[in-house]
Amino acid sequence: MRDVAVIGTGMVHFGELWSDPLRKIWAGAALAALDDAGVKTVDHITIGCMSSGLFTGQEHLASLLADEAGLNGVPATRVESACASGGLALRTGFAEIAAGLADVVLVTGVEKMTDVDGAAATYALGTAADQQWEGFHGITFPGLYAMLARIHMQRHGTTIEQLAQVAVKNHANGRLNPHAQYHLKVTVESVLESTLVADPLHLLDCSPITDGAAALVLASVDKARELGRAKPLVRITGSGLATDSIALANRADLGELAAVRKAAERAYAMAGRKPADIDLVEVHDCFTIAEIMATEALGFFAPGDGGPAVERGDTAIGGKIPVNTSGGLKAKGHPVGATGVAQAVEIVSQLRGAAGERQVKGAKIGMTQNMGGSGGSSVVHILEVE
Amino acid sequence: MFSPAIAWREYPQRYRLEAARCTKCGKILYPPRLVCPQCGARTFETVVLPREGKVLTYTVVRVPPTGFSEQTPLPIALVELANGVRVMVQIADVADPESLTIGMPVRLEFRRINSDGEAGVIFYGHKAVRA
Amino acid sequence: MSVGIVGYGAFIPRRRIKVEEIAKVWGADAPSYKKGLQLHEKAVPGADEDTITMSVEASRNALARSGGVDPAQIGAVYIGSESHPYAVKPSGTIVSEAIGAVPVLHVADLEFACKAGTEGMFLAQALVKAGEVKYAMGIGADTSQGAPGDALEYSAAAGAAAYIFGADKDKIVAEVVDTYSWTTDTPDFWRREYMHYPRHGSRFTGEPAYFRHSSSSALGMMKKAGLKPADFAHAVFHQPNGKFPIRVGKMVGFTMAQLETGWLSPWLGNTYSGASPIGLTAILDVAKPGQLILLTSFGSGAGSDSFVFRVTERITKVQSLAPRTRPQLDENKIYVDYGTYAKLRGKIRMAE
Repeated sequence: MRDVAVIGTGMVHFGELWSDPLRKIWAGAALAALDDAGVKTVDHITIGCMSSGLFTGQEHLASLLADEAGLNGVPATRVESACASGGLALRTGFAEIAAGLADVVLVTGVEKMTDVDGAAATYALGTAADQQWEGFHGITFPGLYAMLARIHMQRHGTTIEQLAQVAVKNHANGRLNPHAQYHLKVTVESVLESTLVADPLHLLDCSPITDGAAALVLASVDKARELGRAKPLVRITGSGLATDSIALANRADLGELAAVRKAAERAYAMAGRKPADIDLVEVHDCFTIAEIMATEALGFFAPGDGGPAVERGDTAIGGKIPVNTSGGLKAKGHPVGATGVAQAVEIVSQLRGAAGERQVKGAKIGMTQNMGGSGGSSVVHILEVE
Repeated sequence: MFSPAIAWREYPQRYRLEAARCTKCGKILYPPRLVCPQCGARTFETVVLPREGKVLTYTVVRVPPTGFSEQTPLPIALVELANGVRVMVQIADVADPESLTIGMPVRLEFRRINSDGEAGVIFYGHKAVRA
Repeated sequence: MSVGIVGYGAFIPRRRIKVEEIAKVWGADAPSYKKGLQLHEKAVPGADEDTITMSVEASRNALARSGGVDPAQIGAVYIGSESHPYAVKPSGTIVSEAIGAVPVLHVADLEFACKAGTEGMFLAQALVKAGEVKYAMGIGADTSQGAPGDALEYSAAAGAAAYIFGADKDKIVAEVVDTYSWTTDTPDFWRREYMHYPRHGSRFTGEPAYFRHSSSSALGMMKKAGLKPADFAHAVFHQPNGKFPIRVGKMVGFTMAQLETGWLSPWLGNTYSGASPIGLTAILDVAKPGQLILLTSFGSGAGSDSFVFRVTERITKVQSLAPRTRPQLDENKIYVDYGTYAKLRGKIRMAE
């Protein structure tokens, strides 16, 4: 397996981008990354997008978007794993280079969610759940995570205040991120007073509907040196992917996100690293409870300690293991297919020392964790700078 | 997704709670599959799920998906039936959502789940009621 | 050949609305409605309940009491209702599929206002008696509607009762001794196609319709069977309100003691095709071997079906094998206000 470096990053401002259709949003991020990398063409393009079909009526994105970026003819692969589509696009690009099939890959993620109304968006997102055996009964995504929250609260005593503190922290970080959808200040009270969406989760426990795109340019380390893009050299040292039952009814243990744990184990093994080595992590906080459960599954806290950890400040920018310095899905926004790539953009910025007010001092080893549905899939990457 | 064919092919599971029991290791699959996830065997026999169970976890959906706006607030639970099989179902006839608890005993009753609008096919199935 | 009920069961929804709640909205005098019609409250179906769902649960209760009747051996299912969920596509096929009676059986849905249920019972027992099928089921079920503010809105309720008929002596809990039906064309209550709510002839629905047919049928039944009122332990009539069944019962010679067990309407409302069939289940729940029961239904349009049943020794073995009717009526009630009621009954104009 060859070593893989990240030589460029790019993203568009996340939000409700009324003026821009999917292809333009995507191209904005793609070109920004290509410019940052100083390359005009690539060997392969990967695109993570959950459901351009249901949100915009468009499939066949691989060819559409390659052409849109002026890269007509270049091989392109669109991948889907619900909300983990972006992370899967990153892994696919990483694998192409590691296997020697490409030297330079443009990794992208995009989602355009605001061309349909709220009910249609909820329906489209709902296709990440088991349509026949969960969606059929009227469950929503907040509802599925609410069920997991309830088990976590009963088993470990996790409180709704601890959940709210995840939102408070992420919004505080989001205020420092110029690309974030929201620059709101949020307090525990405002979270608990926001509309109940699915007991016990409130509106402010949930990530929003967002349009956006993010991109990276990957290259083999040799190619990165050849292009003069190896100082600093940011490498992807670990990549792990795992599946699990989509339906909660078939999960072995409702108290853990097994797909996250397994994907992390595989990434740690590849990178030769352990949780204590990680300096910061971007996790998939589609809902506040998801962040707490993810940090436990990634090995940063013991099961049940994820909630108290937030209270202790362990996951703040200056804490033991900063989580979601970007603002997370909560404040940065969650354009579904783009999220997994945007997480990597944040980590690369941090490893380059370019994260401005969000900078974690001495960040050398970072991690991204992207997840599909209610934990049906997860992709974990470890990135390091020298 | 609504279609007459979808409604029809799911009757054994929706109407009669039919599941498949692996003839090799006894694991019960609901809905049935071609391969047993526990032992990899490919042969099954039909069994009917018991209707008694208890609530493992639940929520009350207050912002409903399309088609469920008239049934809000919508209590939904993961129920563990008496034979260990878990199903996701609505909890019906709940006067006070605050009264729901983990561990609550329930029974499955035949109910109307949804319909394809006023003129389309009606989808029937089961919901849980407090036992 | 002796034919009889081998399994019976009822299903009553849990929600209720009080007469006062309805009267409040329409500016009506609740006490006088309550007194005049002898109604206190009625059963209200949930948004997820309809004639089919209630029929499935009532059928399951009937099967539970049937001494192991294999649903696949039920050769006919007839559901009588004036609120079948589909105008075209029988409720009977869905119920048959749910209980596992498919595919070798006859099914047809019936309509005859409030007596479609007993018509289904008549056909079911006749088919068994003729030797055409081993078991047959007749169900009366309704989620009936009354126009907003109309007198019928105070009574139109929801419920179902199911009866499995067979000829096995060791399974019969109540033998069908005899039947009789009295039918004319009488336009007392009707609903035209595509109209939402029924209409009625007010006081014309009384003497020329309900009383004339019910009494003619009951008296004609007793004469045909060579019986008199004193021979019966119980009698149950169609129950459009609390008052009519008692009046007609006394008219033809029954006492309150004979009428009260099957008299559910003051607390249940009028379950239309389910009315007298559900009343009969309440009687069977407490009946003793050897007792005679008279059932006389009434359906507007108009007609009245009568049955004489003789309870067998087996009844005491099955009464507790499924939820009894009186507890379903009296326990675990959920009261709703008029707004919720209107929402559940589809009386609010929704957006396209």
